[in-house]
Parts: sequence; structure tokens; C-alpha cells
Amino acid sequence: MSLLFALLIGMLTATGIFLTLRAQTFPVVLGLTLLSYAVNLFLFGMGRLASNAAAVLGAQTRYADPLPQALVLTAIVIAFAMTAFVIVLALKTRAELGNDHVDGTADDAPEDDSAR
Amino acid sequence: MATLILIVLLPFLSAPIIALLAGWDRRAAPWAAGITTLSALVLLGLLVSHVDLATPQVIQFAWIPQIGLDFAFRLDGLSILFSSLILLIGLLIIVYARYYLAPQDHPGRFFSGLMLFMGAMLGIALSENLIQLVVFWELTSLSSFLLISFWQHRKEARQGARMALAVTGMGGLALLGGVLLLGHVVGSYNLSVILGAGDTLRASPLYLPILLLILLGAFTKSAQFPFHFWLPNAMAAPTPVSAYLHSATMVKAGIFLLARLFPVLSGTDAWLLLVGGAGLITFLLGAYTALFKHDLKGLLAYSTISHLGLITLLFGFGTPLAAVAGIFHLINHATFKASLFMVAGIIDHETGTRDMRRLGGLARKMPHTAALAIVAAAAMAGVPLLNGFLSKEMFFSEALEVAPDFGSVWLLPLLVTLGGVMSVAYSIRFVHDTFFGTPDPDLPQEIHEPPRMMRVPVDILVVVCLAVGIFPALLIGGLLNFAAGAVLNAPPPHFSLALWHGFKLPLLMSTIALGGGILVFVLRRPLTRFHEHGIGRLNAKILYDALLQSLQLAARVVTRTFDQGRLQSMTLWTLITALIAGGIGFLSYHAPLFGPEHHAPAFDGITAVGMLIMMAAALAAVWMHPKRLLALLPMSVVGLGVALLFVRYSAPDLALTQLSVEVITVVLMLLALRYLPAQSTAEPRPRLYRDALIALLSGVGATILTYAVMSRDYENIAGYFLAKSLTEGGGHNVVNVILVDFRGYDTFGEISVLALAALGVFALLQNLRLPQGTPGPGSRSAAHPLLFQTLSQLLLPLTLVFGLYILLRGHNAPGGGFIAGLIVASALITQYLAHGIHHTENRLLIPTHGAIGLGLLLALGTGLASIGAGYPFLTSTFGHWQIPFLGNLELASAMVFDLGVFLVVLGASVLMLVQMAHLGSVPLDKPAKSEGVVS
Repeated sequence: MSLLFALLIGMLTATGIFLTLRAQTFPVVLGLTLLSYAVNLFLFGMGRLASNAAAVLGAQTRYADPLPQALVLTAIVIAFAMTAFVIVLALKTRAELGNDHVDGTADDAPEDDSAR
Repeated sequence: MATLILIVLLPFLSAPIIALLAGWDRRAAPWAAGITTLSALVLLGLLVSHVDLATPQVIQFAWIPQIGLDFAFRLDGLSILFSSLILLIGLLIIVYARYYLAPQDHPGRFFSGLMLFMGAMLGIALSENLIQLVVFWELTSLSSFLLISFWQHRKEARQGARMALAVTGMGGLALLGGVLLLGHVVGSYNLSVILGAGDTLRASPLYLPILLLILLGAFTKSAQFPFHFWLPNAMAAPTPVSAYLHSATMVKAGIFLLARLFPVLSGTDAWLLLVGGAGLITFLLGAYTALFKHDLKGLLAYSTISHLGLITLLFGFGTPLAAVAGIFHLINHATFKASLFMVAGIIDHETGTRDMRRLGGLARKMPHTAALAIVAAAAMAGVPLLNGFLSKEMFFSEALEVAPDFGSVWLLPLLVTLGGVMSVAYSIRFVHDTFFGTPDPDLPQEIHEPPRMMRVPVDILVVVCLAVGIFPALLIGGLLNFAAGAVLNAPPPHFSLALWHGFKLPLLMSTIALGGGILVFVLRRPLTRFHEHGIGRLNAKILYDALLQSLQLAARVVTRTFDQGRLQSMTLWTLITALIAGGIGFLSYHAPLFGPEHHAPAFDGITAVGMLIMMAAALAAVWMHPKRLLALLPMSVVGLGVALLFVRYSAPDLALTQLSVEVITVVLMLLALRYLPAQSTAEPRPRLYRDALIALLSGVGATILTYAVMSRDYENIAGYFLAKSLTEGGGHNVVNVILVDFRGYDTFGEISVLALAALGVFALLQNLRLPQGTPGPGSRSAAHPLLFQTLSQLLLPLTLVFGLYILLRGHNAPGGGFIAGLIVASALITQYLAHGIHHTENRLLIPTHGAIGLGLLLALGTGLASIGAGYPFLTSTFGHWQIPFLGNLELASAMVFDLGVFLVVLGASVLMLVQMAHLGSVPLDKPAKSEGVVS
């Protein structure tokens, strides 16, 4: 199960990174969202995966590690705030520069990194 | 002893006062500076007369004791000697500067800079803690920068200041490194401990690095070869600054440090080689170069370098007597060189030039100044009856003493005599070319003596030169003995200060130096021609500039390569770096990467299928991303899957949070899509393949890392939280107790970030004009379906109550401020979606800014209340209350904190979405026709 979990995190990372590297703002937002899923799951996984062990005292005898959960909880909310901020930044770019390229250059000519 | 701290602080306190006073009356600045210096001097005198100084006196307060940093001062022979030197010469300089500054110069800036420097210098002299000493050390570099660049409009002043700061600042950094290592070896940064640990230190394998780093600091400060070049360039400073900082005191700080650490660092071959070698080269090089300088201050600058080299060489010898001679020469040099600088300033002031090729014959026009200059220059040359002669003779005799360590017996004496010859020659040249000889006809005819008070400081210093030269034992013997004891950290050796020691070798060397000096002076013209065609073309400044330029060029090339101002390439480089770092990590790890999987959860078919679906959805999102609206579908599948995974693996709080965040995020993205192009443009294929490769590698890395961690056994601190949650936090839901209690400070920071992000969104969206995107599913007519409206109205009270319930139970069951805030926010957002923004705002005005502010205040208030009650920030308390109808209720103060969290999350989420929704209702001034043009 852990292996599958690890593969899931790997997949989310890979897709997230691929989208983060795109040239337009919206895919980058999607990519960052996928990456934050991956990171949150990774942090969560650090406390290991336990079934039927919610860390609410008195419900059962065995408890999952509550610390990563607390960390991930705030991480989810912060990731949401950052996503919102990046989206608005994208809108601002669009309004001020008239395009949605990450560098604000309208013509996404196939000029590559080595060209400059 | 507390007076000691006052002495150091006094100049710092007076600096801002002086700056203010000068704005009121420019004459007040020097007076205030003078009074400060005088009071510090009186305090020092009183302290010295009242304290038993048989052993060094230390006063200290713990500052950051965890890292050995104390606020500690020390009073012993060396610190008394050095600080009285700083104060006495400082006082004379202030008097002199009062008349030196021109009407257009800003006295406030000058004298407050001078006071800042004086305070920093006293701090160095009186520090007991070495880290504290380094802090003051850097302060002297900074104040020196301010004073060199005093005439900011001059290019060479700015350049000189920058160079001095770069060189001494670099040295200061090295010194800090050395001091940290030293403290690591000895176990303390306090001198009282360090001075007794010489043997430990010298035996330590870190001795050489420590020595090198500390010497780097000392040599840059004291302008030792090869770092000497900044000093001549610092001569662009006003002359009082040159006299005070760059001759009498600051450049002696390096030597002071050598003296301070003499008992622990000296006595090794490395010390002899490094300190002695640098000192000898500097001594000769400085004296040689001074010979050919045409600028009065240039000559004095190189002569200063040479004398600093001489003193360094004396400490390099490593014998107790040499250390005594070193301190003696340090005092003597300060007196005669400061007076010579002041003379140079007077000449500049009266004639308007410092070029010795143009000057001449001034002896007839300013006889008094000429007499002073001749005496001071004679002291510099080492003429009998003057203080310079005595210390130079001690220097010669010590050179003879240690000569066998420096190769053949005659080599060192020969070299130091050669240095003496050149000192005599440039001293004669200084006097001859200025006061005798023929002046340039262009020189103004109306030259006269300077104002009386401008000469008095020179008078005093020259009298000291003479008096010490004639009655050495009487005037300086005691002080020297006292200081030497402190330097050596042992009873000082017996030494005799007398004019006449009989016909011995040192006297012969002095005589040769005097005779040879006169000869060199006579031959100066051919020598100058020879110099200027050869070695004189070498200039350290050119080398320094070239070095600096190539450094800047390299930095620019690197920056241009990696930072092209384009996000894609920067992200790529960041990822590549991370991949390389990760790769190195994996490859250099030799133990088995994966563990035995003791904690592996049992295989579960449904969960496995769920995970596979999530993977497929993530891939689909990538596949579909050019069609943006469509891509949101698989995205939500992944998000929902994450929430379900949290449910499956015992994290109900996380699942609730993820679910509500997911809803709000999707709404947010939908709103944004109205204003963004519906489709992405295609990108070149090679770039896609390249990025796919990077993404694949990162994914593989993340997988291996995750599995490597998760397959191993592990220990955690969960037990602590589980055990203390009820007893100390008063809650059953441990995750929530951690959030609002154990790690409440973190949470406080996080809701602040949230609040800032929301306000940032608010600010960014103000007055934003966006071209309307495609009139897709969101067009007005179909915006508010009736069924949706009715349902949402029914749901609103239910969701609000449910949110409240989640908030209240959060401490004991899954829920809490974060989740409740998100749930209530989604309920309100549903209203906006169903009824449109204006309709909703007319009926339901939510003060989002107020909610954020109130929430932060509540959270802060709970924290402060616990401080008020005498506990650390955000300590919580709880108790049980009997409340009518509700029964026994357990309430914790952390719940108020959670209420704050709730309000911030609610306010921030609603604020962000409502602002986005508002965008559409902003009437456009004129509809944008094409994508590129926005009104």
C-alpha cells in the first residue's frame, strides 16, 4: 500500500511539475495545485498510514500521529490562499499586459532558453 | 565598574545629539563632541584611580548566554592605554577639526561620525567578549566609511571609502570566523578564559585556520601587505580623519588585536612566519614607496603603512621585550604621525595644495608650524632626544636578538636598517620640500600661520614627543610596564628606558640609518627617475579595480545565464538544481534505501483503485490542460480523491478541510477562467519533451523518497501530544488542540498569512479592468437558475448552524475554526452564485475586512491575556462550567483563539471570492476589442 501511495505522490509531483513549467498562467496554477496535493500527501504520509485510528481521544485505543495532520491542515489552507493569490496575479497580468504568458510577453514565439 | 560601560556608550549617545545640535548652531557640534570626549576621559581617570588594577577587572551581563555571547567589558593595562590614547588624541583632533572644516562643510555629520567612531573604538579597546569586540570592529569600518566619504561630491572620496569598506569589511568577516572557531576550541568567548588557554589552542588542529582568519582581520585593518592599498586611497578623507582614524587609532586596531591575543596565538613558527613576514614586507615596502610620493598625505600614508609594518614585525618576533617595544612604538607613532598629519592639513588649508613639487620655502612664512613639523619629522626618523629614537632602538636591538630565526644572522638587521635608512630619507624630504627649497611661482603669496587654536593640538603632541624622548623612564615607564603586563598576561620583562645605552650595535644601526638616509635624500632625483620607470608603475589600486571588475563581470555573466527574467527558465534551473542535489543525495547514500515495512497498512482493493483513478485523473489533467474548463474536471477528481484518502487513513479534520477548500478553489478557478483565454497556445515540441523528462525524473525522485521514508520504522513524538492533549489542552481532538494550543504560535502566523493574502488579492483587484472573456456558461441570462436560488436559500440557515456546530465541537471532535470558517464561507459563496452579487450584497452585507481584523485581534488577545496572567504567549487554560439547560460544559480559552481562526478564514475566503466576482460587474469604460489592448 505504501508503494502505491508513493507512486501516487510521484505521479502528482510529475504532473504538477510539468504543468508548472508551462508558458501560460492558468496551467501553472493547475500545476501548483497538483504539487500542493503531492506535498500535503507526502507530509501526511510521514505520519504513516493508519486505518480507523483518528486522533480523537476516547474513540479507540490506537491513534494516528496527530502532528503531521495538524501541519497538513494549515498547509491546505495556506495553499488555498496562495492559489487564490496566484490566480489574481494572473488576472492582473492579463489586465495590465494584455496576455496570459508567465513572463508577460505577448508573443510566445518559439524562442528557446538558449536563444538569448 | 559600571562606569566602564558608560564610557563606551557616551560617544554613541552624543552622536545623534550632536547631529541635532549642529542644525541649530554649527558651533555647538565641536563643543558637544569635545565635552563628551572630556567627560569620558574624566570618567576613565576616576575609574582607574578607584579600582584595584592588580588584576584585570571585568564587568559582564549575560546577553545570549546560549551562544556564549555576553555583554562584557574589561579594564586592564592594555585597554586603559589604548582607550586613553583614543580619547586624548580624539580631543586634540576635535579642537583641530573645529578650525579645519570649511563653512560649507556640515559639522553635524562630521562630528557625529567622529563620535560614532570613537565609541566603536573604545568598544574594541574595552571589550572582554570577543564577539562583542567583532561587532565594535565592524562599527569602526562603517564609521570610517562615513568619514572617508565625508566630501561626498568627490569621486575619489567615494571610491576610497568603498575600497576601505570592502577590504576591512572582508577582514572583519574573516575575523568573525576566526573568533567563532577560537571560541569553539576554547569553550568561551571571554578573554579571561581565552588568555589562559594558550596551550590548548596552540595544540588544537584548528590553530592554523584560527590564526589565518584572525590575522586576515588584523592585517586588513592595520593595512599590512598585501592589504595595504586601501589606506592611501582613504586619504581622500578630511585631514582630521586621516590623522585620527588612519594613522593614530583605527589602523592600530589590528595591532591591538595582535597584542590582545599575543599570549595565546604567538610562540609558533606559523606566527613568526606570517606576522613577522607580513610586518617586514610592509615595513620595507611602505618606507620605499613613501620616498617617491609627491602628495604630503600620500607620503604620510605610506609612512604610516611602514610604521604599522614595523610594529607588526615587533609582535611577530614573539619575544616579551619585542612586545613591549611594539606597544611603545604604537604610542610614539600615534603622537608624531598625528601631528604630522595635522601639519599637512594646515599647509593644505593655508596654501591650497599638498603637492611637494609645488610647495617650498614655507619656513619663512610659517616658522612656528615649520618648527613643529621638523621636530615631529625628526621623531619619525628616529633622531635622538625624541620618542621615535627610543622605540626604534629597541626595535633594532630586538631584530638583532631574533635574527638567527630569520635565516642568516645579518640578513634581518640589514633589512631593518635599510628600512630605517628610507624612513630617515622620506622624513628629510617631507621637511625639505615643504619648508625649504624653492616654491612654485603659482603659489599664493599671502601665506601665514594658521589660527592659534589649530596649532595648539600640534604643539601639545610635539611637546609629548620631546618630553618622552628626554625623560622616558619617568613619563612612560610605568604605563608601559603596566600595559606590557596586560599584553603578556604575565609579569612584564625587565627593560630599561634610557637615552644612552652605551656604544652597542643598535646605536650603530641608528647611526647608519641616519647617515644613509641623508645620502638617499641627496640622491633622490636619480632614484625617483629609476623608480618611476620601473616599480612605480605597479599600482595595487589598478590590481584591485581589475579584480573587482572581473568579479562583477563574473557575477553578471552568471546572473544573465540563469536569470533571464523569464519564469520558465528560472523554474527549470531551480528544478534541475533540486534534481542534482537529490541525485547526489541518493547516490552518496550507502545503507539500504528501503526499510522492512513494519508499519505497512494492509492492502485494500478499493483504496488501491481509488489511487489509480487519482493517478489517471492527474494524467488526464495534463492531457486536457490546453482546454482549460475541461481540465478542471480531472483536477476536482484528484482533489476529491485526496479528501477521501484522508478519510480512509484516519484524518477526519483534514478530509473536512480538503473538501471545503476544494469547493472554494474550483469556484475561484471558474471565476478566473471568465477572464482568461479558454485555450492555451501550443508550445514547441522539444520544450515539451524536455519538461516531460524533468517532470518524470522529479516524480521518480518523489516516489523513491516517499517509499524510502514510509517503509522504515519510525519514532515519533505523537505520544506526548496524545498524553497531554486532555490534561493540558483540555480537548479530545488532538489535531485541533495542537493547532490552537501546542502550536498556537504557528497557527497565529498562518492566519496572518491568510489575512495578508486576502488583503493582497483585494489590493490587486482594485480598479482592475479586464477584457470580458468568452461569454460561456456564465453569461447573464442563464446565471441564476430558479431551482438553485430556492435551494440555496433553504440551505443557508442549515449550513450556518452546521458551521457553528463544527466550530464549537472542534476542540473535542473533528472540526474547528479552519473547517467551520471554510464551510460558512462556502455557504455564503453559494448565495452569491445563486443570486448574483448585487442581489446578495443588498440583503447580506458581510464586513469581511472587519472579520479578518477582529479574528486576528481575538487570536492575539488570547495570546496576550496569557502573558498578562504570567504565562508564555498563547498558553491556554480550561475549565468546566455548569450552564443551565446545557449541562456541564468544558470550555478552553483556546476556543476563543479558534474563534479568531474561524473569523479570519471566513473573512479571507469570502473577501477573495467576492472581489473576484465583483470584477464582472465593473462597468468597462470601453469594451476591449482585441486581446492585446486593455483600456
